[in-house]
Amino acid sequence: MLNYIFKRLVWAVVTLWVVITITFLLMHSIPGNPFAKEGTMPEAVYNNLQQYYHLDEPLAVQYVIYLKQLAQFDFGPSLKSKTITVNDYIVNGFPVSLHLGIQALIIAVCFGLIFGVIASLNRNRWPDYLAMVLSIIGISVPSFILATFLINYVAVEWRLLPVATWESWSHTILPSISLAMMPMAYIARLMRSSMLEVLGQDYMYTAKAKGLSRHMVILQHAFRNALLPVVTVLGIITTNLVTGSFIIEKIFGIPGMGEMFVIGIFNRDYPVILGSTIFYAAILIFLVFLVDIAYTFIDPRIKITGEGE
Amino acid sequence: MSEKRHLTQDMFEKVHDNFTEAEKINRPSVSYWEDVWRRLKENKLAMFGLIAILALTILAIIGPYLNSYTYYEQDFTKKNLEPNVDHWFGTDQLGRDIFTRVWYGARISLFIGLMAALIDFIVGIVYGGISGISNERTDNAMMRIAETLYAIPYLLLVILLMVVLEQGLWTIILAMTITGWIPMARLVRGQVLQLKQQEYVQASEALGATMKWKLHKHMIPNTLGPILVNVTLTVPTAIFAEATLSFLGLGIPAPQASWGTMANDALDSILVGNFYQLFFPAILISLTMFAFNVFGDGLRDALDPKLRQ
Repeated sequence: MLNYIFKRLVWAVVTLWVVITITFLLMHSIPGNPFAKEGTMPEAVYNNLQQYYHLDEPLAVQYVIYLKQLAQFDFGPSLKSKTITVNDYIVNGFPVSLHLGIQALIIAVCFGLIFGVIASLNRNRWPDYLAMVLSIIGISVPSFILATFLINYVAVEWRLLPVATWESWSHTILPSISLAMMPMAYIARLMRSSMLEVLGQDYMYTAKAKGLSRHMVILQHAFRNALLPVVTVLGIITTNLVTGSFIIEKIFGIPGMGEMFVIGIFNRDYPVILGSTIFYAAILIFLVFLVDIAYTFIDPRIKITGEGE
Repeated sequence: MSEKRHLTQDMFEKVHDNFTEAEKINRPSVSYWEDVWRRLKENKLAMFGLIAILALTILAIIGPYLNSYTYYEQDFTKKNLEPNVDHWFGTDQLGRDIFTRVWYGARISLFIGLMAALIDFIVGIVYGGISGISNERTDNAMMRIAETLYAIPYLLLVILLMVVLEQGLWTIILAMTITGWIPMARLVRGQVLQLKQQEYVQASEALGATMKWKLHKHMIPNTLGPILVNVTLTVPTAIFAEATLSFLGLGIPAPQASWGTMANDALDSILVGNFYQLFFPAILISLTMFAFNVFGDGLRDALDPKLRQ
């Protein structure tokens, strides 16, 4: 078991290193120089800036310096705002994004599971059709379209909730719903098929034959076992939530990391893009690692084969 | 009952004059694909998807010619017109005809979706096929490489590439397919590994079949079903990714337009009450994704021989 965790950890680190290297090389393959535009700069200042940011060194040296910085959790400076570093952006933006992400995740998981279970228990009856049509629509409508429709009707026309920004809890409702819709639909579909498979298993008949109540059978036997495939996709779901938040934060004007990333792209602020990409990738790779490990604890069958290897 | 029966020769009739009659097939033989088509026809939602895909494709081809406007022509005397007799879907903030632009955008969005699916399909089959029929060491190495690349968050990598590369139609397709082929390769490899164990493949091998022959005659035709489903479901993913990129300002350069860029342009106009500018591209993106999703789902069910009745 420990061996397995160690192996996964090594792979996570290798993957992260590949991401760092690819992003670094991509960002440095862009022709031009960040200070070249500001033409009025005196020669000495320009040289000092070049030296300060190590831009006069060969690429390999810059790469090593950047890796060393990263090892100390230093993502470097921003090019556009001279007084703010990428670390400041992350420290300010990340808690907001985390709040939004967790709220959306809770909505997605809770409602996704509920819809999936209801659909599976009413197979081929109207609650099933309703839940499945709703979830196909949820998968088909991109979050930015849902978000703009919600803003137009709920916020602008009916004036039920605030349009944008991030001040009180009521400001968080619309963005969380917009972000949660697609993963929710995904979980609902997965949970339905997983439940249907479990409900057809022999041990379900055994449980019923033992005289357990319908509630007990569904909760203790069906639900718990059907949950397993949903746990495996939590990594993908979180990735979707993170990348989805770029757009949601842009639309709603939420001061999170996603908005900062989008503004960084718009300004072509390369250290910001580089730093936030690596930060996002690190979080996502770590989460997938955690999900993998958690899965072996939840499903005893995996543990046995894991040890057998 | 006591009455005695006389059995005469003419009371009997010979059933079959010859035995080939007994072997005669009376009902038409139904091939696998005919059977799939029959099941697909019964699925109303899937047929709706198929018809919607065909209708969208036809409109994308002929739509821009249905009136006299072009997608780039600006008329500042006719800015922000609501849908009317002249401009069926209204005009945008630069006085361009939305009806023409929407169908022009359909060409680009559908083209990107189909090209991305096609490239993923070809690369995935080649890589997955080679990995599947190679020896264990090559297979392991190839899959590890694919796995590591796949761990990089998809949208993050696509955004990064779009920042670095010059914007354009083929750049978008390249960015989307750079890791997009991996799920397909994994699927193909899994199928090939499973087929390798089948007796008829081993028989063919024993008869001296080459690797190429096995791939062409046995592996590919027998893995076609799940692959087709995967291709169908790649199209909406690519259309969604393109819309997201365009929404971040990394899409098709102006004056060309995809549905995503149109939705992005229209975002400012909803706050001044021109919701119709967003409405048409938004509905079309959603309808296209819905159509491909339900068609893909229906195809998956229809291809499953277990559901045969």
